[in-house]
Amino acid sequence: MQLRIAVRREMMAQSNRITNADASCHQEVISLEDVSFSFQQQTVISNLSFAVKERDFIGLIGTNGAGKTTLLRMIVGLLKPTSGTIRLFGEKVDRFKQWERIGYVPQKNSLNPLFPATVREVVLSGLYGRNKLFKKMNKADHKKCEDALHAMGIDDLKDKRIGQLSGGQQQRVFLARALINNPSLLILDEPTVGIDTETQESFFHMIKHMHQHHNITFLMVSHDLDMIRSYLGQEPAAGNGKLKFHIKHSHETQDCVENDLAHSLKGLREQMESRKEVVLIGDRN
Amino acid sequence: MEIVTSEFFQRALIGGLLIGVTAPLMGLFLVLRRLSMIGDTLSHVSIAGVALGFLIGVYPIAVGLLFAIAASFAIEKLRKAYKSYAELSIAIIMSGGVALASLLFTMGKGFNSNVNSYLFGSIYTLNDTDLYVIGGVTVIVLVAIWLQVKELFLITFDEDAAAVSGLPVKFYNVMISVLTALIISVSIKIVGALLVSALLTIPAACSLIIARSFRQSVITVVIIGELAVIAGLLIAGVWNLAPGGTIVLLLIAVLLMLLVFKRGVRTGS
Repeated sequence: MQLRIAVRREMMAQSNRITNADASCHQEVISLEDVSFSFQQQTVISNLSFAVKERDFIGLIGTNGAGKTTLLRMIVGLLKPTSGTIRLFGEKVDRFKQWERIGYVPQKNSLNPLFPATVREVVLSGLYGRNKLFKKMNKADHKKCEDALHAMGIDDLKDKRIGQLSGGQQQRVFLARALINNPSLLILDEPTVGIDTETQESFFHMIKHMHQHHNITFLMVSHDLDMIRSYLGQEPAAGNGKLKFHIKHSHETQDCVENDLAHSLKGLREQMESRKEVVLIGDRN
Repeated sequence: MEIVTSEFFQRALIGGLLIGVTAPLMGLFLVLRRLSMIGDTLSHVSIAGVALGFLIGVYPIAVGLLFAIAASFAIEKLRKAYKSYAELSIAIIMSGGVALASLLFTMGKGFNSNVNSYLFGSIYTLNDTDLYVIGGVTVIVLVAIWLQVKELFLITFDEDAAAVSGLPVKFYNVMISVLTALIISVSIKIVGALLVSALLTIPAACSLIIARSFRQSVITVVIIGELAVIAGLLIAGVWNLAPGGTIVLLLIAVLLMLLVFKRGVRTGS
């Protein structure tokens, strides 16, 4: 399968980095240069180049086998590209060390419902990175966990076994785990698979809020075309037959950035609960 | 009852108490990572090492340990070759171990009775050296787990998330295999190579029924492991039964009771 990404403003050709007044102040969070991936002599991704800048929101859609998950797994270093270079925050992936800046929510289909772990244990595990090696969790870490639970509105579930939760609740747990480090980049792989429509909508509203009010860059694979189109535009900004990129650039969002994610998400949740109405995905208040 | 106060029994009891902590703890990580059969495989291979140890006159547990470690690396290699059929590597290495052991048995006819105690376990054969080796392994395993329990939890719960957090997943996979090999090779003299994997897996199976958190499951496996080992050794000592078999049957009895109890609670509520 051939995939060649057209270059738009945020995109870059191998030798031609485009800068402009809007984007120049934003750091490149993810950059791919001529990345290809083959598996068992089959080309899954071919000569892909693109850049994601700070506070961009990239929605990635594509049919089964288009290479969506492969691309995400290469970006977070779980797969090595056959050729080409991937950088995170300017550093090559294989040398990248600041993993706490990245929140990754993988597809949740591998979760064993019998696994003996509470919601609190799962969320806290978001802190167990290489810089916490051999260190015990302290009060500040537990506070971060409480905040993340609070932000996602799952405080009352914290002592429940993860397998007892509904799909939507589990997804909030994994998002809380990804948020516990206050990441600069959130990578979500089909976060709403198997979740009912209403929960999906409130989930996306939360994501949208984080994008608009906090300094978080998003890369999200989704099968929910309505959500992607309503927030990121009807037409993909780039892509070819099977893999399409919908983009909302950083300069299209408001500049106000709130610092306290837990507090602001709690406010949003209360607002949503008090309105008791389905919040439209494209709604920008 | 005088057997209980005898020196060899007390040695067995101390050894049992030590492996009653380490084997179920490590087993918990293996079961949760769907590697329940790895204990069986490593123990069958270590028997070949024990047989070779007898044949060449080297401390059998040490040779068994080397074989188990080699097998754990071989499993990792084969797992990569067969990716989605990872359990195939376990089956191949297990039968390879038994095949090699049977050849070595036939080569050294004189030590067959000794080998028997390694297959089914014995409380009469533990000497001071064995006890020191078991003690050393216990310290290594407990320190490794105590220092890295949160990393081991994350790798067990979600290996991808562990890798994205920057944890050296390959190192931990090797560490888990090597620690398992250590535990198995020192446990086979008491529990027996054919039964040692039960001490790894059944306490974990019990904890999946009752534990609500990872912390609880760690405590559960240790308590169940210890209870079964102490009671099993006492029963085996008093009635002159095979200790490994007694311990394993006790573990299965506990598991059945928990299953029935849980069913009762569910239908009662």
